[in-house]
Amino acid sequence: MIPAAFEYYRPKDMAGVLSILEEHGDDARVMAGGHSLIPMMKLRLANVPHLIDLQDVDGMSGIDVSTDSIRVGALVTQADIIDNERLTEAAPILKEAALQIADPQIRYMGTVGGNVANGDPGNDMPGLMQCLDAVFTVVGAGGERNISARDFYEAAYMTAREDEEVLTSVTIPLPKGGYAYEKQKRKIGDYATAAAAVQIIKDDGVCGSASIAMTNLSDTPIFSEAAGAALVGTTVDAAALDAAVTAMLGDIDPTEDNRGPVAFKNHVAGVILRRAVERAWSRA
Amino acid sequence: MSKKQHYAITVNGKEEEFLAEPRELLIYTLRERLNITGPHIGCETSHCGACTVTIDGKSVKACTMFVAQANGKDITTIEGIGGPDNLHPLQNAFKEHHGLQCGYCTPGMIIRATKLLEEIPNPTEEEIRFGMSGNICRCTGYQNIVKSIQAAAAEMNAAKEAAE
Repeated sequence: MIPAAFEYYRPKDMAGVLSILEEHGDDARVMAGGHSLIPMMKLRLANVPHLIDLQDVDGMSGIDVSTDSIRVGALVTQADIIDNERLTEAAPILKEAALQIADPQIRYMGTVGGNVANGDPGNDMPGLMQCLDAVFTVVGAGGERNISARDFYEAAYMTAREDEEVLTSVTIPLPKGGYAYEKQKRKIGDYATAAAAVQIIKDDGVCGSASIAMTNLSDTPIFSEAAGAALVGTTVDAAALDAAVTAMLGDIDPTEDNRGPVAFKNHVAGVILRRAVERAWSRA
Repeated sequence: MSKKQHYAITVNGKEEEFLAEPRELLIYTLRERLNITGPHIGCETSHCGACTVTIDGKSVKACTMFVAQANGKDITTIEGIGGPDNLHPLQNAFKEHHGLQCGYCTPGMIIRATKLLEEIPNPTEEEIRFGMSGNICRCTGYQNIVKSIQAAAAEMNAAKEAAE
């Protein structure tokens, strides 16, 4: 399990990162915790002649909670999210999701930036960020730009980030209402067979708004606007849940793999979404 | 490309300097270069946890880190927490409560448990099972591992109280 040889860089600032990316183009890759990229390099599924380790770059490890939004630096780890009480108070769904990612060792190393930028349909944070309507900030030679999480994912491992750009932070509007991140997996450490992120607002016993995104049920995360819309104006009763599940099933496009055939994945997606909506509603 | 580079890491309090290729996995650095063979290679795919070490206060699977990333860091392996004449309470508890059978996963289990008990000094069974979920054992069925960690926690907490 020895990866191909590479040149290793550990620049101290973003200018240093960008100049290496500019020089080597798509022969260079940035790495945060490395817990997606290193396994791919060991299997020689990823060839990275120039590996840029971001660990010494300042300014990407902070979690800032303000009155209307949360900014999470790309190098913030899943363990940092779990441990940050202020963050958990402001957006408890982040901790609930982070605790369902991989295992403790991997959560110390795996980062928010890596999880959202990698573009692996199995990663949990992309769907979560679509549910929360987060914005990703990327920086390149031409400066910074912001991309909505809902517009970021194009196909498996293909995103709106250009090769010479680096994702530096995630900004999340302060979530309101009830929440749930529900995930079915075969064992600890596995990717989801199906997962659902739900934020829901209850006004006088009626659903005022609902945001729903699904993980690992297409080659990108799926923000299902129709599933959320099916709940709005209802008391989230059985008929509304059925309608939301039906709408969600129209938006996902699972493929058969070692987690099961398509019919099974559709079934699990429905079960998981029901559980997530019911739990989110009970907390709203 | 990728000529050997100079690296310096601290392992169990001792500074080690050597030349290595950046792509060398830390588990091989420890086992084959530094002859620190407590951390084991089980799956070598980030799943089993047999290679777990503590790096700057975090439990890390040493099969999933390049030596270049570890440059300048402080690493503790099972060898660094106790030995045959001065067993760590966790080592002693695993011995007393049959927390191992073949023993292959044990160094990773124990070094992970040191960190778990640092974060949660008096864990419930559920917290132990969740906190140890990155370490796989194929012998014990985990029951005696949980018992061992509970016993070590009790002993360490009692010792702390006695010292205060």
